[in-house]
Amino acid sequence: MIHALVRAAAEGEASPNPLIPELYDIVWSSVCFIIILVAFWKVFLPKMQKMLDERSAAIEGNIAKADEAQRDAEAALEQYTAQLADARQEAAAIRDQARVDGQRILAELKEQAATDAARITQSAQAQIEAERQAAVVSLRNEVGSLAIDLASGVIGESLSDDARATAVVDRFLADLEASEASNQAEKA
Amino acid sequence: MLLSNSVLSSSVHFSEKINSVINAPIFAAAGDDNTFHGPTINEFFPEIVLFEGTPFAMNRIMIIRLISVLAIVVLFWLGTRRMKIVPGRGQSIIEMGLDFVRVNIAEDLLGKKDGKRFLPIITTIFFMVLFMNITGIIPFMNIAGTSVIGVPLVLALVAYVTFIYAGVKKHPGAFFKNALFPPGVPKFLYIIVTPIELVSTFVLRPITLTLRLLMNMVVGHLLLVLFFGATWFFFFNADGIFKAFGVGTLAFGFVFTLFEILVAVLQAYVFALLTTVYIQLALAEEH
Repeated sequence: MIHALVRAAAEGEASPNPLIPELYDIVWSSVCFIIILVAFWKVFLPKMQKMLDERSAAIEGNIAKADEAQRDAEAALEQYTAQLADARQEAAAIRDQARVDGQRILAELKEQAATDAARITQSAQAQIEAERQAAVVSLRNEVGSLAIDLASGVIGESLSDDARATAVVDRFLADLEASEASNQAEKA
Repeated sequence: MLLSNSVLSSSVHFSEKINSVINAPIFAAAGDDNTFHGPTINEFFPEIVLFEGTPFAMNRIMIIRLISVLAIVVLFWLGTRRMKIVPGRGQSIIEMGLDFVRVNIAEDLLGKKDGKRFLPIITTIFFMVLFMNITGIIPFMNIAGTSVIGVPLVLALVAYVTFIYAGVKKHPGAFFKNALFPPGVPKFLYIIVTPIELVSTFVLRPITLTLRLLMNMVVGHLLLVLFFGATWFFFFNADGIFKAFGVGTLAFGFVFTLFEILVAVLQAYVFALLTTVYIQLALAEEH
């Protein structure tokens, strides 16, 4: 095809040679080129460059902003963590204090209880002792009089007869019972 | 299968025919309507409509170029008018386009600093080629603004001047010496190396840049005209069974239209990328 074109071009004046430019062709091509070059060079590409610069600035700005937010968040987290640790520590202190207080109160109560128990025991023993003393005194009195009564009875009667002896003993016992009953009636 | 084979053979047949038409010294474009006319080289030289005879003479393709320029200016003006840090839908598309050139071409090869220095030239080349290529498949335009040698040649010269400027600025006084007499090469080899470097660096680069773009667009246009011309011919001028061939040529035309979109983007990328590579090589030239 190219050969054909070249040959056709070479063959005469009738057909124009596509490889030899006409003057107007060059002129218009140059005009077109210059218009497009100036448009891109002076208008479109600077605008594009400006926009690209703004875009990268915006992206960098956003990254900086994000960094700042990140730092703030980390600081807040640190603060919260510290506060939480403080609170934990405080709670532990309060718990320890409570435990100590509790133990102290318990010890005091135990001590007081022991004291009370000792005191009660002592007073009970004192009472028991007093009652025993009273019983001993009254027994001694009664046993003395009883022995005297019994001896007088034995002496007042003849003790050879078994029937009499038995009667003496029975009488003694009856007297004893009667004296006891009269004692009780006196007491009452 | 049968159909596509026959379509292929028919398209081959018409390729031969188009060659013979192109080779013919006289184009019977205005002949009778019952024969098939292939596209000719005159497609790229429509009649002058304004300022005839002046350096500002204007034909259909020049107007299409100016419409492309207008489209670029309006689109990017709207897209960059109120740029927000958080982009909307429209701004995202504009940003994607500009970032493609900035990141994937300029900064990738030249680094941040030099990439920024040469970004206006590289961006201009990419979008100018892209927009002027894409007119080749836009209805009612149907021809690429780059399919006439002016734009490829001017842009290739711009690339040429730019990479020489970059080299001279970076290595004052040593750029041409380093380019033509690469250090580290045994002296006697300069007899071979220097002519090769001279031709490849300072002669072939602009020529290949120009011709690669120009021929891609020329051939793409001729192919589309061929397919759609043949479709028209088969549908309205052919008899009987031959009308069916029109379906095949129409399908091919559709596929090649999609292919042309790919070529348009690819050629814009290649042109911008090679320009950047040349700048990079000039900057990196050894002391």
